[in-house]
Amino acid sequence: MRRLVVGLLLAVGLAVSANAEEEIVLGLSQAEVSISTNFNGSEILIYGAVKRETPVPQGAPLEVVMTVSGPSLPINVWRKHKRFGIWINTEAVEVDRAPSFYAVVTSGPLDHVLKRIEDLRHKISIPRAIRSVGAPMTIKDSTAFTEALIRIRSRANLYQVIEDGVKVDQQTLFRAAIALPAALTEGDYITRIFLTRGGTVVSQYQTVIDVRKVGMERWLFNLSRENAFLYGLLSLVIAIAAGWGASAAFALLRR
Amino acid sequence: MQIYLPIAEISVNAYLILGLGGLVGILSGMFGVGGGFLITPLLFFVGIPPAVAVATSTNQIVASSFSALLAHLKRRTVDFRMGWVLLIGGLIGSGLGVIVFNMLRALGQVDLLVKLCYVIFLGVIGGLMFIESLNAIRRTRKGGRATLRKKHNWIHGLPFKVRFRVSGLYISVIPPLMVGVLVGILAAIMGVGGGFIMVPAMIYLLGMPTKVVVGTSLFQIIFVTAFTTMLHATTNYTVDIVLAVLLLVGGVIGAQVGTQIGMRMKAEQLRILLAFLVLLVCGNLALDLLLQPDELFSLSPVVIK
Repeated sequence: MRRLVVGLLLAVGLAVSANAEEEIVLGLSQAEVSISTNFNGSEILIYGAVKRETPVPQGAPLEVVMTVSGPSLPINVWRKHKRFGIWINTEAVEVDRAPSFYAVVTSGPLDHVLKRIEDLRHKISIPRAIRSVGAPMTIKDSTAFTEALIRIRSRANLYQVIEDGVKVDQQTLFRAAIALPAALTEGDYITRIFLTRGGTVVSQYQTVIDVRKVGMERWLFNLSRENAFLYGLLSLVIAIAAGWGASAAFALLRR
Repeated sequence: MQIYLPIAEISVNAYLILGLGGLVGILSGMFGVGGGFLITPLLFFVGIPPAVAVATSTNQIVASSFSALLAHLKRRTVDFRMGWVLLIGGLIGSGLGVIVFNMLRALGQVDLLVKLCYVIFLGVIGGLMFIESLNAIRRTRKGGRATLRKKHNWIHGLPFKVRFRVSGLYISVIPPLMVGVLVGILAAIMGVGGGFIMVPAMIYLLGMPTKVVVGTSLFQIIFVTAFTTMLHATTNYTVDIVLAVLLLVGGVIGAQVGTQIGMRMKAEQLRILLAFLVLLVCGNLALDLLLQPDELFSLSPVVIK
């Protein structure tokens, strides 16, 4: 993974939550990810500090949970069965919303730093971030389908859980690195940071990482959508020209 | 060297794609097949989304076929009259094929039917060619002359006879027209040029000489695949121009090399090699359907209606 540090942009924000004694001040190594021709994944550094007017509270230590979520789209999950001797797709469950990319990075084991009730409320862990409402009545084990979705995407590094990925210093400074894979969908990547004590969220902060195609990638993508006929003709012209060019070059070589 | 593909939205190794293009180009020049039935599965294997792989390979076939056709034109091994007849049939078939394809998609089993189409057609054609060319080789080994395939059958009884001078044939236009329609339908459903179906059909059904078959099939393939590329680009937005350029740079060079190799080989040898290749791809696809896959689940984007 190549570490791209394009512009050091400090997004400073103040987050107010139920317990407003501790606020998050956040920085990102880059607020934009540019997908250019030689894009091969990117690593984003997320760092920040806890701002407080009072001394560090006693009791459970401060823990940090971060999530980065790509654009959500509905997706069909198919299951194969053997019919007439061959394996074919027989059952499908439509998952209403599944992020194209999702990473959870924490400062400790997830079930330790976050209570189940807080996970449900803020939709932090991967199964919570996916929304699947209606499975057909004929399918009894619809959870197997969402599990399969998570398994397939985890294998492609699109879903990540990194426990102990956040380093916390003196209960005040924290930092983490998130690796974005090469197969990235365009869009707004919503980044959330939660501060927890004893598994309860005490403060949260939200920002957006902008993932965009740039340069030639941008131009070709726009052309293919807005001027599809021209785009089709362009690809044919290139094909014919390349075919003719190779033929002419070989004729010259043989002479 | 990694390159990000704007439509496929993944990053691939440029040299790998160049190599794939080159390999398929050589085959295209040797046998007069567009190579779609090879390159599409190969692109799946590299991780290109199926819809993009199918659409982009048709564009690549245009390039490699054009390059190979120019080489054949110099040797005057293209029967234009036959080519036009096949092409008219091909465009009609292609239109029909798109309608059939959309009907299958509404049923929701298009992947399976495409695969079954591949297995059945590749299996039957590959098997027949293999047996026939094996017999031909055995005959020449015995010292006897290979029997001429120009036998009189029901085809010669049909009306609308036309003289195809380059092929040395005087037959009705109905059989070539039907071959064209059939190939057009299959091309649209399977996302291939249809050369691997047309070449044997021309040799065994129409009785055309093998040397002329290759050039003539290339001539028809160029137009059918160009038509398909435009259809994919304007309706599904799945033609990846960067991927296509990488494939066709390798492909056009390979096609020139392939044509040279093809010229130095005997017709029977050429046919048995093509038969072997067709059977190999067929066997691979059949195993996919028969063996239990490692992952029973698969993902597909929801089509927004």
